[in-house]
Amino acid sequence: MTGELAIQIRDLKKNYGDVEVLKGVDLNVERGTMLALLGPNGAGKTTVVKILSTLAGPSSGSVTVNGYDVVRQRDGVRRSIGLVSQFVALDWMHTGRENLIMLGRLHHLSVANAKVRAQQLLEQFDLVEAGDKQVKGYSGGMKRRLDLAASLLVTPPILYLDEPTTGLDPRSRATMWAAIKQLLAAGTTILLTTQYLEEADQLADKIAVIDGGRIIAEGTAAELKQGVGKERVELVLASGGDFNRARQVIEGDGLQHDEDTRTISLVVDGAAHVKRLLDTLENKGLEIESLSLTKPTLDDVFFALTRRGNEPTNQSTDDNHDEEVGAAL
Amino acid sequence: MTATLGADGIVLPEKRSALYWAVSDTRVLIGRHVHHLTRSPDQIFTAIMLPAVMLLMFRFMFGGAIDVGGTTYINYLMAGILVISVTMISVSTTLAVQSDMQEGVVDRFRAIAMLDSAVITGHIVAAVIRGLIALTVMVGLGFAVGFRPSGSIGDWLLTLGMLVLFAFSLAWVAAVLGLVAKSVDGASGLGLILMFSPYASTAFVQADTLPDGLRQFVEYQPVTQVVDTVRALLLDQPVAASGWPALIWWVAILCVAYPLATRLYRKRFV
Repeated sequence: MTGELAIQIRDLKKNYGDVEVLKGVDLNVERGTMLALLGPNGAGKTTVVKILSTLAGPSSGSVTVNGYDVVRQRDGVRRSIGLVSQFVALDWMHTGRENLIMLGRLHHLSVANAKVRAQQLLEQFDLVEAGDKQVKGYSGGMKRRLDLAASLLVTPPILYLDEPTTGLDPRSRATMWAAIKQLLAAGTTILLTTQYLEEADQLADKIAVIDGGRIIAEGTAAELKQGVGKERVELVLASGGDFNRARQVIEGDGLQHDEDTRTISLVVDGAAHVKRLLDTLENKGLEIESLSLTKPTLDDVFFALTRRGNEPTNQSTDDNHDEEVGAAL
Repeated sequence: MTATLGADGIVLPEKRSALYWAVSDTRVLIGRHVHHLTRSPDQIFTAIMLPAVMLLMFRFMFGGAIDVGGTTYINYLMAGILVISVTMISVSTTLAVQSDMQEGVVDRFRAIAMLDSAVITGHIVAAVIRGLIALTVMVGLGFAVGFRPSGSIGDWLLTLGMLVLFAFSLAWVAAVLGLVAKSVDGASGLGLILMFSPYASTAFVQADTLPDGLRQFVEYQPVTQVVDTVRALLLDQPVAASGWPALIWWVAILCVAYPLATRLYRKRFV
């Protein structure tokens, strides 16, 4: 039943006291694929990950991970997963190497193998030099890399990455992305939560948008974008006079003018449409200074979806440590 | 075998019995806390300072005014100081458990298929080790200021056994408080209950000097039983009257605190 699905979530609800954090989430993740769970702070992303990793129990609904039920077969779930949580999950007083050896032992590697594995991972994540220093002295990027390494001590069929790049500089983020892509190529099933639309767009096979404790859209990045709109063309006219005359001759969907920047923009349907527009302008003797085409970004998707008649999201139960972490990093 | 570890891109856990891994998990987490002790020796300093100050204060300032009959005050006092050395430790155990539960690394432990109770056991064993260090220093200091016990080697071994049982059981109680506490302030408040438990005992004065009500409480509370047992052993007096109640009390307390702490740890965050 769950052979092809690494993760199956059915009508998952979670309350913390009176606060309904998840209001009926349905989600499937196929084996060997990566799903990005995209949503703003307080949308319920971290709660989903906590339930998937047995750190919290569902209030109702059914959740299976690698075929194991998260309530009744916790150890089965725990043996199937690696978790990189939003908060660096390491012993600050241990060195990087000591952390990896300790956690390797707890993942039930022999002493000798835990040591070998620690060295392999320090090398793989460019931490050999820092390996024998205490983690509390590490930079944010180093902590994150060690945290990811610690999740790979024993190869997990399924890996959760809960906002793995929050608070990282662009270079560390690129390093993380490269590591994640490698894992995906090796066949790991990955669930990524992120607030960064670009991250979801770049890495994930499928994206689910969560807001206010519900999945409000699901599909590939392209599918989600299609739902929002087509390409737009933006024309900047060479002079104010040209701008005024162009306004009278150009018609189309989603037409917008901006007199100050002499810009006209509208939705276009393919290259032929753009060519027709340019021909029209040339025939009238109007000159353009520049032309640009913009595809809808996931930002557009995100704002379009979350703007649409959803209840205000004021739950902060699962993201209320954000600031602390930001400061710690 | 190690040469090929992960060579095919997959590293798997080793297959051994559940018991083997239960012992291994516990050892690894005890190692974690022993390591912490070596990294921050101030924990040990704190554990020694307070009982040492009390020993010196009661020996030289108040002791002259207290008549315990039959022996010197320092001989009477030592049992109380040894018990206080143990109860002092429990405050830092409560705090350590409380703050550790806020650490991300505990979330990681909880997401690994390992023995849950090992995470708490690590704290407990570290507490007992801190206690043993403090006890050793106090005995040495006691001798230096006039403590002259008359117990045999066997009595000393029984004393050690009694104090280790006391430290172990009390550490589990301290862990329960640390798991229940919602904040650092809450934890130190709860920890104080344990810290003050020997003050309402026979640690410093004999029960029959106390007013009614307090006297009955002091006579029957479990810490008094430990103090009286240790004192009887060190001064070579009859031990049965307090020895058996002490043993029963602290084994019973352990039987409640251990499963309770494990359960609280498992249920946390859910």
